[in-house]
Amino acid sequence: MNVLKYFLVGFLFGIVLTKSEAVSWYRIYEMFQFQSFHMYGIIGIAVATGIVGIQVIKRKNIRDINGLPIEILEKPLGSFRYLIGGISFGLGWALVGSCPGPIFILIGAGFFPVIIVLIGALIGTMIYGALKNKLPH
Amino acid sequence: MDVIFQTWPWYVSGFLIGVVMLLLIYFGKNFGMSTNLQSLCAMTGLGKRIEYFDFDWRANRWNFVVVLGAMAGGFVAVHFMGDPSNVTINPKTIVQLSQMGIEAPNGKLMPSALFGDQIWQSPKSILILLIGGVLIGFGTRYAGGCTSGHAISGLSNLQLPSLKAVIGFFIGGLIMAHFLLPLIF
Repeated sequence: MNVLKYFLVGFLFGIVLTKSEAVSWYRIYEMFQFQSFHMYGIIGIAVATGIVGIQVIKRKNIRDINGLPIEILEKPLGSFRYLIGGISFGLGWALVGSCPGPIFILIGAGFFPVIIVLIGALIGTMIYGALKNKLPH
Repeated sequence: MDVIFQTWPWYVSGFLIGVVMLLLIYFGKNFGMSTNLQSLCAMTGLGKRIEYFDFDWRANRWNFVVVLGAMAGGFVAVHFMGDPSNVTINPKTIVQLSQMGIEAPNGKLMPSALFGDQIWQSPKSILILLIGGVLIGFGTRYAGGCTSGHAISGLSNLQLPSLKAVIGFFIGGLIMAHFLLPLIF
């Protein structure tokens, strides 16, 4: 069960993202053209569910599966890295229509050209790693 | 049973994505897909040369298992849960796409113009996918998260940095979708 539970959560994630078509290049294009509410609805409800869930966890001091207190990571302060990194990410997201989760899901589903996107993403990660100390954050 | 095969409505899908994030928090972890990119680089031993990859990637093995599950989920959903009614996008979107030479979905998740097997013979197509990947990988690690880490997890925890990142995602996405895509295709 230790490892299986992660597999099952991932499995649910893969099915939901595929059946909601959030992995589809078409849905991402349609979203950025403001021609459908579908993707905005998905993100909006996911965040609303998350906000309620996290508030319940915090207020009731709910412990995790191992009985340990739940600590939810705070993001480091800053602006530059979020805006510039975000813009770079957005350019790629709208070009190839997939963010990191869907990249893996689509490869698993058999869309092998997406492997090129994954290779690119790993190269991009290495570039960031190599330049990290020179970039403003 | 039809509901399973048709496009899942946004309110069901959004709720389940929220549940996935909460389950990972309950397991004592967090929801973030792009961390796996950093772990994959670390696995190759890059940590000896680059500080950013010098960490114990084994501690993130659980996230690789989530990825494997997601890949299996994608496989099952595409091969056993499809329906010709899938990917019914706005007719206006279809007209715009046809002007760029990208075909209508007709039930397919991905356009052949970008992801068909013919792309292996086209250096331009390969370059497009590679550059898209580089922008995603660089951007998500610079911003410290992607759609799952910032848009879902970060906003759910009311993090201002995540809001800035999501605004960045949309600035980049809108520039690409409205100004650059028509130049590329």
